[in-house]
Amino acid sequence: MDWGQILNNAAGELLSPVTAAYALAAIGISVHFGYAGLLNFGQAGFMAVGAYAFVIATLSLNAPLWAAFLAAILASVVFAFLLGIPTLRLRADYLAIVTIASAEIVRYVVSTTGLTEYTGGAAGLSGFNDAFVGINPFPTGSYGFGPWTYTANQLWIRVFGWGLVVLATVLVYLLMRSPWGRVVKGIREDEDAVRSLGKNVYAYKMQALVLGGVLGSLAGVVFVLPRAVQPGNYGTTLTFFIWTMLLLGGAATLFGPIIGAMIFATLLTLSDGILRGLISADIITFISTTQAGQIRFMIIGAVLMLLVVFRPQGIFGNKKELSFNV
Amino acid sequence: MSDTAVTHPLVAGAVGPGCKKVDPIVVADSVTRTFGGLTAVDVQHVEIPRGAITALIGPNGAGKTTFFNLLTGFDKPNTGSWSFEGSSLAGVPAYRVSRKGMVRTFQLTKSLGRLSVLQNMLLGATKQPGENIFTALIKPLWRKREEEITAKAEELLARFKLDAKRDDYAASLSGGQRKLLEMARALMSDPVLVMLDEPMAGVNPALTQSLLGHIKELKSEGMSVLFVEHDMHMVRHISDWVIVMAEGRVVAEGPPETVMSDPAVIDAYLGAHHDTDLGDMTGSNPVIEAKEAAAAHHGGNADRKDEH
Amino acid sequence: MPQLVRRRPILAVIVAMLGVIVSVGVLVLSVGLGPASATTEPAPTPTPTSDFTNTFTIGGIIRSGDDPLEGVEVEVEGQGFSEVGTTGADGRWAVSVPSAGDYTATLLPDTLPEGVSPRDPDKVTRDVTLGTTNTVNVLFPTGEREIVRTNIADTILTRLVYGLNFGLLLALGAIGISLIYGTTKLNNFAHGEMVTFGGVVFFFFGTVLNMPLIAAIAVTLVLSAFTGYAQDAWLHKPLRRRGVGLVQAMIVTIGLSILVRYVVLFFLGGNIETLDTGLTETVSFGPVTITVASVVSMIVSAVMLALVGLFLTRTRIGKATRAVSDNASLAAASGINVDRIIRIVWIMAATLTGLSGILYGIFRQVNWNMGFQILLLLFAAVTLGGLGSAFGALVGSLIIGIVTEVSTVWIPNDLRYAVALLILIVVLLVRPQGVLGRKERVG
Repeated sequence: MDWGQILNNAAGELLSPVTAAYALAAIGISVHFGYAGLLNFGQAGFMAVGAYAFVIATLSLNAPLWAAFLAAILASVVFAFLLGIPTLRLRADYLAIVTIASAEIVRYVVSTTGLTEYTGGAAGLSGFNDAFVGINPFPTGSYGFGPWTYTANQLWIRVFGWGLVVLATVLVYLLMRSPWGRVVKGIREDEDAVRSLGKNVYAYKMQALVLGGVLGSLAGVVFVLPRAVQPGNYGTTLTFFIWTMLLLGGAATLFGPIIGAMIFATLLTLSDGILRGLISADIITFISTTQAGQIRFMIIGAVLMLLVVFRPQGIFGNKKELSFNV
Repeated sequence: MSDTAVTHPLVAGAVGPGCKKVDPIVVADSVTRTFGGLTAVDVQHVEIPRGAITALIGPNGAGKTTFFNLLTGFDKPNTGSWSFEGSSLAGVPAYRVSRKGMVRTFQLTKSLGRLSVLQNMLLGATKQPGENIFTALIKPLWRKREEEITAKAEELLARFKLDAKRDDYAASLSGGQRKLLEMARALMSDPVLVMLDEPMAGVNPALTQSLLGHIKELKSEGMSVLFVEHDMHMVRHISDWVIVMAEGRVVAEGPPETVMSDPAVIDAYLGAHHDTDLGDMTGSNPVIEAKEAAAAHHGGNADRKDEH
Repeated sequence: MPQLVRRRPILAVIVAMLGVIVSVGVLVLSVGLGPASATTEPAPTPTPTSDFTNTFTIGGIIRSGDDPLEGVEVEVEGQGFSEVGTTGADGRWAVSVPSAGDYTATLLPDTLPEGVSPRDPDKVTRDVTLGTTNTVNVLFPTGEREIVRTNIADTILTRLVYGLNFGLLLALGAIGISLIYGTTKLNNFAHGEMVTFGGVVFFFFGTVLNMPLIAAIAVTLVLSAFTGYAQDAWLHKPLRRRGVGLVQAMIVTIGLSILVRYVVLFFLGGNIETLDTGLTETVSFGPVTITVASVVSMIVSAVMLALVGLFLTRTRIGKATRAVSDNASLAAASGINVDRIIRIVWIMAATLTGLSGILYGIFRQVNWNMGFQILLLLFAAVTLGGLGSAFGALVGSLIIGIVTEVSTVWIPNDLRYAVALLILIVVLLVRPQGVLGRKERVG
């Protein structure tokens, strides 16, 4: 059992592009739920919309890179409006059900066999990364040290992904210290009160939904840039994992989503490495490696329950500014 | 009032249910609202006088809060029209009603618990450029207005004796302090008409006096006040005009000194059917409340909202 | 100290629940579901750490014409590894293999539905090499199925009956969600796992242990009822006591759903299991041919739903339940023991949902993910009918059931759930309170 390798993998996961994508998606839900009180259970749908818009624009329409990014953003704005128009006037739990349902609709549509020509069906699509790799500003070579040693391309995707995370964090910081953020937080507390003070609650909720959705869609793009896009990744479970990350870090905090995503991704890799190591070293003999993977998901479920009950403000949240209505 | 000869300085003509006011600020016509088969509100005509403190009273289930919700755009009526300072409010969303200068508070206080007291106040201010998502990003665009409204908020907080709590979370305030905060917050927008839904409910006696004082002050500053209340003592003390509702209708109107002896009012309180008004009923027993309402009519303080 | 005293029950509960689940699972395992290592995972789960070097998958889609084939098995061998993958409702199969290298994938023709055969029966084995890529798709073309052309009216009628069956069994689960929501305002995301529980337990006792049908159903329902009791007594009641908010409680149910789902996967494996009811012969009503099991299923659902209706409208407890749904504090004030009503509702909901799991297992098949797959349909049904209205849940379920089945006449099979969910959104747009819901009031 190679402890060095296991720790190395886990440490490497800390800065992987997947973790950056998770962090972006979690910042998106932080805007929705942590600040505006919107129950978006369809973040996987936003990610899928972003990823597929980007990939289809690149492959089917031969769009240049910037246009593909624009397509991802525009698609998620449209998606947010489609979700928001029927539900933002209704009680919060309707939004939860409609977002989760819409995310599933997106997944069914991109995996249906009838659209294989554009979406690749259940197998997904690949081979859209050339343009992104083509604008890599880093010369060929080896960068970094230890677990964080990267080729030029690996470095480029990480710089890009984490760069977006930093941009998103700055954006959220600027907005939430402003009067706009005050209105949005007021809506989280009690939208009727805010309405009685002359604010157009519906418009603010829509803006928050769009903003968090765009962040989710960018997360979707970062998620697929180093690999292929596959519909199976965008199930409801992905949304729930991102919620777990957000709650781990603290819902209404600036760095909570990022820290949560890092902890989640690292611990997942670490526990996987340890379990697989123990199995291959014949220390654990009664379960298979497939089952080892499943144990991790059980732990995620249990952690989510315990976290919400015992530390709803997350690891970095302020005890007073709890992330749930009392 | 059966005596048609009675007149009043606020009233143009004879005093009676639905009578014309000299200078009305709100006029409502044939406003009805039904829930399922129950008619909650059926107001043929009513006018709220300008520059006065008007009390809206009635037994439970009389439709007072529902009528409040309808006037302020928080609920939609089945029929009817109503206007504020001459402009029609039918179909106008709640936030626009508020911007026109008709600001309300709620029966169960809606202080925004996880915002500080000062933030609560600032939220009440209008014309803030920083509330636009794009200008919000650039602080210089909204810093000046922010300073103005902060100064104003601090002034109001001092007046309502909440200045020591400025940076506390609103959730940490007592029930009475929340009522004060909600009223102070409503004043941030310089309203023309302040509508208070049971301002005394759940307020301890020590704070009651100061709340009464604040309401009178509103009038002296030129605002009109409409409030729903159960406490007859308070109604008698501060209101200039009383409108009595029962079973969704306006059954009597008049100055506080005389309206209590109106047979229609006594009948409303003692003989009413007490249809349970679910919105009003959280955690209480309809039978006991009916008795309490009757007792309240005789001057006893039977405020059922003490627990809030 | 009081903090500690209040905390303990919930921690204990979660641990206890894990314990119960694991011990039930061990029981299942020890009686002989076969070695757990021979399991597959046909539904690709999100792989959070899948940087593109550490997972290897061989998979594909098996179709006949444009119709995906469900339950077809493909054996993957190589590198000292052997596993069987089974296609899901969408015709997809996938096998995760431990490392890169050479494998063979063999279609097991016996598992193809009647009338479908491999296009080239002598070539059902393919060589697969996993080298630079981590996923390889293998194609097994099938021969033309002999499609019996029926007229469109007959097809619609058949689908309508299937839809009715599906709608009725959805209603059993949806009424559970609706009752729990009505009395506690909780959206229970673990409800899908209650469906799975019913299906899996019934599979275990009825098919694996070969218990008589009635006995297996009885045992399943008793155990289901117990899970309802357990969820309320050990989880939700303590949460309510703590004053945990509804959104928090809802996320707790999401955690529970993930936990239970993977516990089931752990012990059952990714296989799709067919229930053996002994009721496989078919009957025909005009152009509609269905199995006896489906007829029984519909009758059972209809009778149970009628009983629930009578319970809610005629019995004291039923009336009390509706009173709690209307206004819990008012009900409490008039002497109704709200906690007791909620307990009864949980037990009843779990029993009905367990039954719906059995029937769904008969209608389709049993797998670890079955409940989660229809959870959204259940929510859609409840929302469509009007949140919190039991009768609305029935109407919503029938709409969803019939729409999913009948829509397959015109649209691809793999989009039928999407259509049902789309209808939900459209209905919310025009009638936000649901088909039978009441309008809300403010203040």
